[in-house]
Amino acid sequence: MSGICVIAAITFREAARRKILWTALIAGALLFAVFAVALHLQVLEFQSRPMSPFLRYQVESGMLMIGLYTCDLLAVVMTILTSIDTLAGEISSGTIHAIATKPIARWQILTGKFLGFAGMIVAYVAIMFSGTVAVAYSVTGVLPEHPLRGAVLIVFECILALSLTFLFGTWFSTLTNGVLVLGLQGVAFLGGWLEQVSGFSQSARIVTLGVVSSLIMPTESLWRRSAFEMQTPLAGSLSFSPFANVSIPSMTAVCYAGIYLIIALTAAIYHFHQRDL
Amino acid sequence: MPFRWQDRQGEMKYAIETRGLNKVFGSRTAVRDLSLTVHRGEIFGFLGPNGAGKSTSIKMLLGLVKPTGGVASVLGAPAGDVAIRRQIGFLPEDFRFYDWLTAAELLHLHGRLCGMSSSTLRDRVPAVLDMVGLASHRSQRLRGFSKGMLQRVGLAQALVHEPGIIFLDEPTSGLDPMGRRMVRDIIRVQRERGATVFLNSHLLSEIEITCDRVVFIREGEVVDSKDLRTVDQEDVRVVVHARNISQDAVSGLAQWTETVQLESEQLSFRVRSKEVLPDIMRHLVASGVNVFGFTPERVSLEELFVKIMGKDSGL
Repeated sequence: MSGICVIAAITFREAARRKILWTALIAGALLFAVFAVALHLQVLEFQSRPMSPFLRYQVESGMLMIGLYTCDLLAVVMTILTSIDTLAGEISSGTIHAIATKPIARWQILTGKFLGFAGMIVAYVAIMFSGTVAVAYSVTGVLPEHPLRGAVLIVFECILALSLTFLFGTWFSTLTNGVLVLGLQGVAFLGGWLEQVSGFSQSARIVTLGVVSSLIMPTESLWRRSAFEMQTPLAGSLSFSPFANVSIPSMTAVCYAGIYLIIALTAAIYHFHQRDL
Repeated sequence: MPFRWQDRQGEMKYAIETRGLNKVFGSRTAVRDLSLTVHRGEIFGFLGPNGAGKSTSIKMLLGLVKPTGGVASVLGAPAGDVAIRRQIGFLPEDFRFYDWLTAAELLHLHGRLCGMSSSTLRDRVPAVLDMVGLASHRSQRLRGFSKGMLQRVGLAQALVHEPGIIFLDEPTSGLDPMGRRMVRDIIRVQRERGATVFLNSHLLSEIEITCDRVVFIREGEVVDSKDLRTVDQEDVRVVVHARNISQDAVSGLAQWTETVQLESEQLSFRVRSKEVLPDIMRHLVASGVNVFGFTPERVSLEELFVKIMGKDSGL
């Protein structure tokens, strides 16, 4: 167990040193600034004309969801870009040799690295999520409906993407790994929008295509579930948005994502154990 | 707990034993039927041209690469056994690690992975850094290290837990003459401690000075071995300056050697032991040869290597 902790600690430090993480944090700070200005301008707009407090609350909640959606996108992309190199790069450079010859099993190495990155993701999402919510609350006084559930689902989404970068990292080079996981993320993104489009078109085929896309890569469905948990019912009823309640992923879909994660991680451990280094 | 062979004497005969070890990558056989033994406390040299299968063999012994066939054991445990790795040190050919770590942090990390406590490492890390000549660089990040310094810190991480067997893959790569001498001294210290050293190096002169025994590997197979401790049994090249060298005298040398060369008044040949030299001298004199000079020369490991591997072996 101590081996896993040692690997997790060094991986957390390694991940925290990645330039992409700091770039993502800078992008996050920029997001906070733009978000704060946008909310402030909106508040000024509301003050210039009479508006019912209920509608104003719904609009401000919708803007909060836009901020959280951006936060979610940044977190997923940051997760993929920081972790695609950790196994593939260390295998190709030979850095892994000095670790894999120590008295620690390969599953412990992979698990330790996974936990190290998971820790970094939790920290990043906590900073971004709480920052976005704090900005919204300080300017408008609006809070998400169930912030903890929403944040946990965003972390879950990132860790799901992480399990895939680990799985493909045991098979492919850094570049191929990145292309594959970003490609799958694209499929998930498209699938989510297809399901929203079905709100207009009522096409069962499009819905099916969206569901299949979500089965192939369930990250986007986790975001949509997160959005459902965090937004007000009225904001969710807007049919063409990334947060619409047109097709709310069920708890079964969340469980599927959990099983997906476990299978991906188990396959990564198995292949890392089997392969030559 | 530092490893001492004295602790385990009698429990096992060899530090390393392989039988029929094979590794096939696709259609290419990297290692073919590798059978060798390394005695405990031995400094063992593993020689062969590029692509001979040396690194793959080492990786199989360390559990980094899974054999296609055959068996291997290290310190009495199957190769790759996790628990026994506590007694194994390994310096990869091109050592590299997170370059943002300091030398002391690197050793602390590797010590912790080997199960050493932080309190033990507090004393051990400075001692090992001093041993490899990096005491004054303990707080310097690896990214500022030269290739030679990286090699030194790589050697330090292989030794920090005082392993019972140490695999060194090209340990003098990138080192200056002082660094090479340091490696030799460290290997000597390990021998005195009772550890086994498995050395893979292209610097045959280093191997010749350091090792007790060497094996030659070509195309994945062991093709020869040589015990460097038995000086009397080593190959000797003899150059004889003489006149009146008859054909009978030359053909009579066949009982001791198969490599006779005659050029004008110089006869040269190679024998397996210097013990036979008096008999050869008596034979030449009895054959009527007028001997003016009879010079035995030790055959260097490099010459032996070229002889075994052939001139186009890729070196």
